[in-house]
Amino acid sequence: MSAVSVTEDAGGPADPAEPLVVLDNVNKHFGALHVLQDIDLTIARGEVVVVIGPSGSGKSTLCRTINRLETIDSGSISIDGKPLPAEGRELARLRADVGMVFQSFNLFAHKTVLQNVTLGQTKVRRTPKAEAEERARALLDRVGVGNQADKYPAQLSGGQQQRVAIARALAMEPKVMLFDEPTSALDPEMINEVLEVMQQLARDGMTMVVVTHEMGFARSAANRVVFMADGRIVEEATPDQFFSNPRSDRAKDFLSKILAH
Amino acid sequence: MFDFLDSPQYNLLGAFWLTVQLTVFSGIGALVWGTILAGMRVSPVPVMRAFGTAYVNVVRNTPLTLIIVFTSLGLYNSLGITLGGGGDIESINFRLAVLGLAAYTATFVCEALRSGINTVGLGQAEAARALGLGFFQVLWSIVLPQAFRSVVAPLASVLIALTKNTTVAAAIGVAEAALLMKEMIENESDAILLVFAVFAFGFIVLTLPTGLVLGWLSKRVAVKR
Repeated sequence: MSAVSVTEDAGGPADPAEPLVVLDNVNKHFGALHVLQDIDLTIARGEVVVVIGPSGSGKSTLCRTINRLETIDSGSISIDGKPLPAEGRELARLRADVGMVFQSFNLFAHKTVLQNVTLGQTKVRRTPKAEAEERARALLDRVGVGNQADKYPAQLSGGQQQRVAIARALAMEPKVMLFDEPTSALDPEMINEVLEVMQQLARDGMTMVVVTHEMGFARSAANRVVFMADGRIVEEATPDQFFSNPRSDRAKDFLSKILAH
Repeated sequence: MFDFLDSPQYNLLGAFWLTVQLTVFSGIGALVWGTILAGMRVSPVPVMRAFGTAYVNVVRNTPLTLIIVFTSLGLYNSLGITLGGGGDIESINFRLAVLGLAAYTATFVCEALRSGINTVGLGQAEAARALGLGFFQVLWSIVLPQAFRSVVAPLASVLIALTKNTTVAAAIGVAEAALLMKEMIENESDAILLVFAVFAFGFIVLTLPTGLVLGWLSKRVAVKR
């Protein structure tokens, strides 16, 4: 974990191709299973990258390595030019800059919606409580659950909980947002309300890594689609290219299965 | 028949008051120390985990009588530890008994709490870490509050056991209920069943409300998921 793997020199601040997240030759094993194999992936500032692939392909693991909820065995990951620290205070500081939204929401069950969104600000950023609450309420309004601020997570629907989770991550003013299958645990009628919030975020220029099965979202919001299978990145392309003209057999096979009906 | 209860020779209320004091002080000590031990047992530092595990397994499996007698004969008589200031032998023994009871009961608090920690979903801690909280912040703000809420009922059992375990302090001469009972059994042998009944009743008066109140509290604070 010594080499900083930014290969291209970061350009000026206006450069749209300025790399923000760089994974270089990342490998990870779960026991005998080689879940991430030689992953090279560069995500530019403001880019929306959607990671798709069959289950077990390693896409969630890939997403979780970016803020080190999963450790890696070899290779390097850097965010905004700084290599990912191994542990301790440095790692916590970096995680504060990387927002994460989980499949199962993971809102703090014993805290109100408002407290969920202020907690990180007050504990990590040391923001004064009043200021944190002000920002929290603004964010909750933005994701459309402002009137639920004083409820507990269990009193909200799945879609509302996930939107609160997005607000909680945004409250930290992250440089990049990771979405780990954010709609997979939702009832079908709630998926759109979450996707709309994510679309809005993408339009606002947030850098996003989204692991999802929502092909519609990939088509409309992604700058780039990354297709993974068996722990490898098999194909990277723009959504148009990928969905209309996939190059690899693996991707063709996958798309034929999910788009057949 | 209840004449002897009025006798100025026996301070029944005073004895039970000391039982209550023993319970409260060692209960607080056990809660604090038990929480720290539980933190050690789930910490990422191997040395801490090893200490927590060793402490719990040694102390929990040692008879309480041995621990209490050790505080008096070992800590006080041999090592001269009086736990702060002089005071007469009675208050020294009281403090030693609190130490022994707290050290012993903390192991049960720790294990109850650890089972509570296991009921808190892994995702809760992950979400907190993802926000940038450190180990202690995650433990203190997210995991422990939820763990405590789920173990109020088992902790009530620990507290009830502690209340009754304070009788062991009689072994080092702390003038709580059991010591008075022993004295009364010797002096009032004609009313021995009554003596037993009085003390059994006294303990039920202390422990039954504990169980009821904490049982109610446990439902009240349960975290809805």
